[in-house]
Amino acid sequence: MNRRKLSQNAAFSLFWAAGIMSVLIMAVVVGYVLVKGLPGISFDFFTTSPRGGLSGEGGIYSTIVTTFYLVVVTLAFAIPPGVGAAVYFSEYSGSTVGSLTGKLVNLARFGVDTLAGVPSIVFGLFGYAVFVTAMNLGFSILSASMAGACLIIPVIIRTTEDALESVPSGYREGSLALGANRWETTWKVVLPAAFRGISTGILLSAGRIVSETAIFFVTLGGSYRVPHSLMSGGRTMALHVYYLAMETRAFDRAMSTAAVLVGLVVVMNLGINTITGRITGKQR
Amino acid sequence: MNKLETEAKGMSTRNYSLFYGGFKALNRISIQIPSNRITAFIGPSGCGKSSFLRSFNRMNDLIPGVTTEGEVCIDGRNVADEDVVQLRKKVGMVFQRPNPFPKSVFENVAYGPKLHGVKNRSDLAVVVEKSLKRAALWDEVKDDLHKSGMSLSGGQQQRLCIARAIAVEPEVILMDEPASALDPVATLKIEELMNELKANYTIAIVTHNMQQAARVSDYTAFMLTDENRAGNLIEFGTTKQIFTTPSDTRTEDYITGRFG
Repeated sequence: MNRRKLSQNAAFSLFWAAGIMSVLIMAVVVGYVLVKGLPGISFDFFTTSPRGGLSGEGGIYSTIVTTFYLVVVTLAFAIPPGVGAAVYFSEYSGSTVGSLTGKLVNLARFGVDTLAGVPSIVFGLFGYAVFVTAMNLGFSILSASMAGACLIIPVIIRTTEDALESVPSGYREGSLALGANRWETTWKVVLPAAFRGISTGILLSAGRIVSETAIFFVTLGGSYRVPHSLMSGGRTMALHVYYLAMETRAFDRAMSTAAVLVGLVVVMNLGINTITGRITGKQR
Repeated sequence: MNKLETEAKGMSTRNYSLFYGGFKALNRISIQIPSNRITAFIGPSGCGKSSFLRSFNRMNDLIPGVTTEGEVCIDGRNVADEDVVQLRKKVGMVFQRPNPFPKSVFENVAYGPKLHGVKNRSDLAVVVEKSLKRAALWDEVKDDLHKSGMSLSGGQQQRLCIARAIAVEPEVILMDEPASALDPVATLKIEELMNELKANYTIAIVTHNMQQAARVSDYTAFMLTDENRAGNLIEFGTTKQIFTTPSDTRTEDYITGRFG
């Protein structure tokens, strides 16, 4: 066996070990949460609300409801400007190269990239200062969803822009050459072709809302009651995990809630895989 | 139809130059392309054939920084003065790579007519069938018009794109190397189709393939870059004349394969 073959084998083993390692880490974390958490999960766990207090008694019903509301309202705030901005960047801003508008577009792009890297607690503080306090919306789903929208809009813009840019330019040319204008081309050809990529980005953003805690700690409050309007406060499942672990004696329930969260994340990722799997299945 | 009428109805340019920013890509091209004939544009890569072809339906407008001088006329009217939607309805285009939309065969062909106001489902069905028949694709797809256009073979996709173009009833079809991504059999089909289509349409085709130009076209234009890399029209005439008795030595050199 010569040196080249040896180095090839060494490299291969290292990469193999790295791959096994990453799978192992994930398996241990998820396995630990599931082993500790699953025994505490029952039908009642999903259908009763937390009772509050130091004991941490009760289920997670209200936190599921709050999480669901928050995701829906946040997406409602974030999708129109997020997708809209991406459409502008990808489909319309090309003709502005070199002009003042073009410079503003570059500035906006830079802003989006920067925002995507800002820690979520910063958006939380912003939300607390502006929505909760200055606008007097209090700890509420409304405040939290607007802060959450600020957090995920950059993500939606970037994933949507990627999805739009992966649409072959031949589709656009074909449509324009038939006498369609830019909007007709975008609406009837480009957006449908990018639909799966865009939905993937939106699902990822929804996952972000499900899993973030810090930003909602300072905008949503921590009420364990079932929210009855946009002005209600609440706690998401992820926040509930935090509260249970840090402020009650019910660490086992924190683990159970975490297990449910893990399950939810797995389901969402399966959803994403189905979507992207269809891309490769259909368009190739 | 006498010769003069033919010319007035066709496409023409006069002293037409095109610039990408400060770079001159086409240099003062004047040509009269006869109606209901196939005109081939040949020349080495980068000589501006495609840019020139795209001037007739103003596809170059989409590229930032493009400016033009001179005139491009269709039926005696300057394309710069026309509404671009109406212009592109009148001047269809088929691209180098087949580019059907990721929609059904039916929706691909119906796309143009829908844009231009045909709403009624049965009217659309009539247009789709007629266009697919004219593009010699009907027999191959009639049993399943709802399968994706992307699932067809390359040659079928290109004929689908031709059907899509003729569904809006253009007068002119521009073809930008329509067979360069296809195998010889599919290429032959496209060429046969072009021969049938010229009864109803004026066809301008850009091709790298001189044999193809010789086979399908009635007229041939030879383009070449000058010392500043700007595309010039060197010679234009009947295909027979260009290929047998070219008057310019550069044409002769290119035709006989001395460069290119």
